[in-house]
Amino acid sequence: MKIVVAIKQVPDTATQVKISGGDPKAIDTAGITWIVSPYDEFAIEEALRIKEKRGQGEVIVVSLGPDRVKEALRSALAMGCDRAIHLNDPAWANADTLATAQALAAVIKQEQPALVLTGRQAIDDDMGAVGAQLAEVLDWPCASWIMEEAVDADAKTVRIGRQVEGGLEVFDLPLPAVVSAQKGLNEPRYPTLKGIMGAKKKEIKDVKPGDVGLTPGAPQLAVKNLEALPARPPGRVIPGEVKDAVKELVRALREEAKAI
Amino acid sequence: MANAFWCLVEDDRKGAPKKVMAEVLGEAARLGGGSVEAVWLTDKASDDGIKQLGAWGASKVWVLENAAFAPYMAEVWVPALAELVGKESPKAIFAPVTSKMREFVARLAARLGAGLAADSVGLAMEGDQLVATRPVYAGKLLAKMTWAKTPWMATLRPNVFKPAESDAGKTAQVEKASVTIPAARMKLVERREEVSTGLPELTEAEIVISGGRGMKGPENYVILEAMGKVIGAAVGASRAAVDAGWRPHRFQIGQTGRTISPKLYLGFGVSGAIQHLAGMRTSKVIVAVNKDPEAPIFKIADYGIVADLFEVVPALTDEFKKLLEK
Repeated sequence: MKIVVAIKQVPDTATQVKISGGDPKAIDTAGITWIVSPYDEFAIEEALRIKEKRGQGEVIVVSLGPDRVKEALRSALAMGCDRAIHLNDPAWANADTLATAQALAAVIKQEQPALVLTGRQAIDDDMGAVGAQLAEVLDWPCASWIMEEAVDADAKTVRIGRQVEGGLEVFDLPLPAVVSAQKGLNEPRYPTLKGIMGAKKKEIKDVKPGDVGLTPGAPQLAVKNLEALPARPPGRVIPGEVKDAVKELVRALREEAKAI
Repeated sequence: MANAFWCLVEDDRKGAPKKVMAEVLGEAARLGGGSVEAVWLTDKASDDGIKQLGAWGASKVWVLENAAFAPYMAEVWVPALAELVGKESPKAIFAPVTSKMREFVARLAARLGAGLAADSVGLAMEGDQLVATRPVYAGKLLAKMTWAKTPWMATLRPNVFKPAESDAGKTAQVEKASVTIPAARMKLVERREEVSTGLPELTEAEIVISGGRGMKGPENYVILEAMGKVIGAAVGASRAAVDAGWRPHRFQIGQTGRTISPKLYLGFGVSGAIQHLAGMRTSKVIVAVNKDPEAPIFKIADYGIVADLFEVVPALTDEFKKLLEK
């Protein structure tokens, strides 16, 4: 069974992010630590588990972005993915979620996997749209925010549990399908030393728009500019004994903040 | 082109629109420049529900009623609504952020070839262009977004936009739309309901109480739930508490959990790691209780108490009780 995992490289949560001095639409990338978006790690892990359980198959990791993205693809290979495809071209620099979905779909059409996995959202722009948009471009069924997954023995159907408000909905999706991983699906593995060494020998194929028959145009949604957060009004620590402090807190919440 | 702002209806699956629709309809009206219309895909639309949408300011309610719309499946909903969009050419399509709408609106945008600003916290007309504001990079920055063309599509974060007042004097024109219903390929096997805590849903609650590592163990969340019952709050947890196995993941607030924006957030034993702040920093009033005066959460808190939460929580619950019994 062939599985494609679509991932995104993002700044580490703990990294300080500043607006670029020269371009109000972009962040200053100097000093940023880049990671594989955490939800995508759940997707990689699940793909590897499917392959291991079946005892055969291939897991291909795909990502769109500049040269630095090779590092993220290498991490996925170190976890155990078999090969990588890197959609790497300046024409995709301003790709919105739809352009990204179209690029990924073009590669997926060539590879013809039975299943595509991705994270529920990337933690940089938190758009959470690429998985469902990819399914639309491919005209495949999709399910988002999955907490459970099981491919049947014939690799004809995947049974997933998707998280919704107030519960979990379990569906059977005929393959091929696109599903997006929610936290709780699994616990991603750390790459082993052997995995890291082995990853160096695995293929990362560069793909240009022309290779997949695309001519990326202007995005449908664009960043006009980035802004710093408005400052919160200064807060105060309420001093004193607990019994007095809670009285003052309740008074302040009612009278000043009008929050209760 | 029709000058309509469409608001996609999220309902309780029993025929009633959710309260968050007052915010979406209210915002569409505030923007001006177009008629405010509700679009309801459902297996059972109720007359009361339609009345409510009218009272919240919808001048028209499009009702797409079909048994095939339950349970929600993107592959059924998307072609059905896209057909109506093709006929009516609305100027904008808005929906509240829920797990369903996040997927549905994204897939619909791909079918329409339109841009989508997901999880917006601000919308404004600049000239004849709509501009959306969205938190990015764990909420550390805000991005202003613009569309290349209409329909402008956006999902709106709950509790951020000012809700429309309900005015029973306002009524909506009802338009029953008939569209082609595609066959579903996916099939529902079962729906497992979560055990209800009797408290509001985390993302919808106006008040949220959060317990972090300082809670010391799963058994101690009962004191937060007791406070939640008094003030009508949802009870969530930080990643540290969820990763420790004290609370199920659905209660996690933060970057890898739920994003909340309540009127009042009360954090107990929460340190305020960046990834937690990413999920709650748009809360209107933030209260922090922590033994450690250096905890980062105090930097964004409006009110703080540096003390043992196990002393504060029972005392504060009593004070809330006294206040609300008056």
